[in-house]
Amino acid sequence: MKKAFWLAGAAILALAQPATAGDTIKIGFVSTFSGPTAVIGNDMRNSFELALDHLGRKMGGKPVEVIYEDDGQKPDVGKQKTEKLIQSDKVDFIAGYIWSNVLLASLKTAVDSKTFLISANAGPSQLAGELCSPYVFSTSWQNDQTPQAVGTYMNQKGVKSVFLIGPNYAAGKDMLAGVKSTFKGQVVGEEYTVWPSQLDFSAELTKAKNSKAESVFVFYPGAAGVQFLNQYAQAGLKGQIPLYTAFTIDELSLPLQKENAIGVPGAQQWVNDLPNAENKKFVEDYRKKFTGLRPTFYGAQSYDAANLINSAVVAVKGDTSKKDEMKAEMEKANFKSVRGPFKYGNNHIPIQNFYLQDVVKDADGQLSLKTVATIVKDDQDRFADKCPMKK
Amino acid sequence: MLVLVEQSLNGLQFGLLLFLLAAGLTLVFGIMDFVNLAHGSLYMMGAYFAATFVAWTNSFILGILLALGATLLLGIALEFIALRHLYGRDHLDQVLATFGLILFFNDAVRLIWGPAGLSLPLPAWLTVPVQIVPGVFYPAYRLSIIVVALAVAALLYVVVMRTRIGMLIRAGASNREMIGALGINIKLLFTLVFGLGAALAGLAGLMQAPILTVQIGMGENILILAFVIIVIGGIGSIRGAFMAAIFVGMIDTLGRAFLPDLLRMVLSSAAASTAAPALSSMLIYLLMAIVLVVRPEGLFPAAKR
Repeated sequence: MKKAFWLAGAAILALAQPATAGDTIKIGFVSTFSGPTAVIGNDMRNSFELALDHLGRKMGGKPVEVIYEDDGQKPDVGKQKTEKLIQSDKVDFIAGYIWSNVLLASLKTAVDSKTFLISANAGPSQLAGELCSPYVFSTSWQNDQTPQAVGTYMNQKGVKSVFLIGPNYAAGKDMLAGVKSTFKGQVVGEEYTVWPSQLDFSAELTKAKNSKAESVFVFYPGAAGVQFLNQYAQAGLKGQIPLYTAFTIDELSLPLQKENAIGVPGAQQWVNDLPNAENKKFVEDYRKKFTGLRPTFYGAQSYDAANLINSAVVAVKGDTSKKDEMKAEMEKANFKSVRGPFKYGNNHIPIQNFYLQDVVKDADGQLSLKTVATIVKDDQDRFADKCPMKK
Repeated sequence: MLVLVEQSLNGLQFGLLLFLLAAGLTLVFGIMDFVNLAHGSLYMMGAYFAATFVAWTNSFILGILLALGATLLLGIALEFIALRHLYGRDHLDQVLATFGLILFFNDAVRLIWGPAGLSLPLPAWLTVPVQIVPGVFYPAYRLSIIVVALAVAALLYVVVMRTRIGMLIRAGASNREMIGALGINIKLLFTLVFGLGAALAGLAGLMQAPILTVQIGMGENILILAFVIIVIGGIGSIRGAFMAAIFVGMIDTLGRAFLPDLLRMVLSSAAASTAAPALSSMLIYLLMAIVLVVRPEGLFPAAKR
């Protein structure tokens, strides 16, 4: 009788435990898994899964459950999926987010519910500045940083004038503003195209050509980058006007861009050949597990996101109700990042190096990206001052 | 001035491409009274066939001809297997069924060719810019699109206006029941018209393929424009589709080219560059709204029934 009483009591206690301190670590992952940019979402999922394999699919001794949700590259859908993950699945962490406009739409839901959000790609300026939050971390960058590095590189090359082309959405505006903030020459023109529906850039290319600019800078992620480089070559501009890019050439677009991408420089915080042990393991195991595919920077950032989450869960021994301790741990960036060690700024955006990357033929005769030089060291984004959080 | 010439060519090229897509759609809609949302899927299939056949045969021209034939056959098969059973049904049923076909084609492509998309590289002789008037260089490939599309438009005109089949097609657009009553094999005519429409959509898709990438869902955005064109031009009217397609292509391209600079005269530079792309993509729909108010039957309606 007495035994039965204790058993009943234990059962009630078990039931009454809050969901956040359950037996599994629940992670929501929002990315694009349908439509033309689904290849990016797949790469992020592959990398996240690989990171979990490397962690033994456990964090802090507890099994990990990941729920993947497709945002269809639409801000309203992304917001709904974020709400679903937080309110009905009650996830401990939410990660992913390729697109700045999707992240901005989803941000408030995560922050209001005090759920940790790890952006594995999108880095809108607002997130680094006035909208920064103790519950939001980035394993990528702030949008402006990469084009800022490109601008710095163009100064080094002595470029005098540039024509800017980019898509008309949050990240496109950040990117072009980023180049303008570091480039010392003259910006002779600036064109925004309808995103993501406009894929024919004939009108913009004609303007760029007639502007007599010495160079062209573009930001076109995903398939649009393939289309832009194709049309650039067809218009006879390749070889005539040097092209500089950010997030336009990666391992997903390169097999389609082929020769059109050769000799087109870009900047990135991660390149597949960065010489650290974690990166070697990541790239090798990725190519082993997903034959025929190569990881991109999107994947590298997702791999880091899993490891960042792991560091927090391990620090509290799996008790995810200890949010302050987890936040303090994540602020240390106490994990082996595949880009090499980095620190977090007051706004939870990495302070990191940016490298110059170029397209070369590798040992297998395939086109691949290669690190050429370090453009900037320990770069902090230019919105950190606007973030009310202090270190 | 030279910029205007070049931008007009861009607009013309875009318009002619839209015409190829809209011509098939307006024929099917006008003659068969059939709403075919899967028209954009045929456009996509044309592009995928072209990319595959060009890679197989190593010849751009041969691959494209094969792809054209394949799309024609696919269109006929599609009509025979699925769409034939939907004639005479409510438009809503047709919309639902053909929307289902879009999903079917997208997933079939994902299964066969994978999610990553394909590229269709151009032969070297099409990648060089050509000088059309002194000082104006234009991509050879875009120029060849203009030439091919104009040739197809002329051919369509001859077929529709000067041949017996064309006469039947026109008669069908004016009064479907009557030509059936006159003993014309309307089933065969419908299959033929649908196949022709599919081949035109496939041609548009495969010509667009080297400029854009070949990818899943590539036909969906452009299909909306094709519907706008047949509404502006008048449903069932090839001439209307031609004029409206050129209009829409010009408005879209010239809007994108010159609106930002015009807006910069009245707005701050940053506001103008944000507002201009949004506004220029609205212009087409604005035109459609005006046409619907002033001439609901379209600018060049097919002959009255």
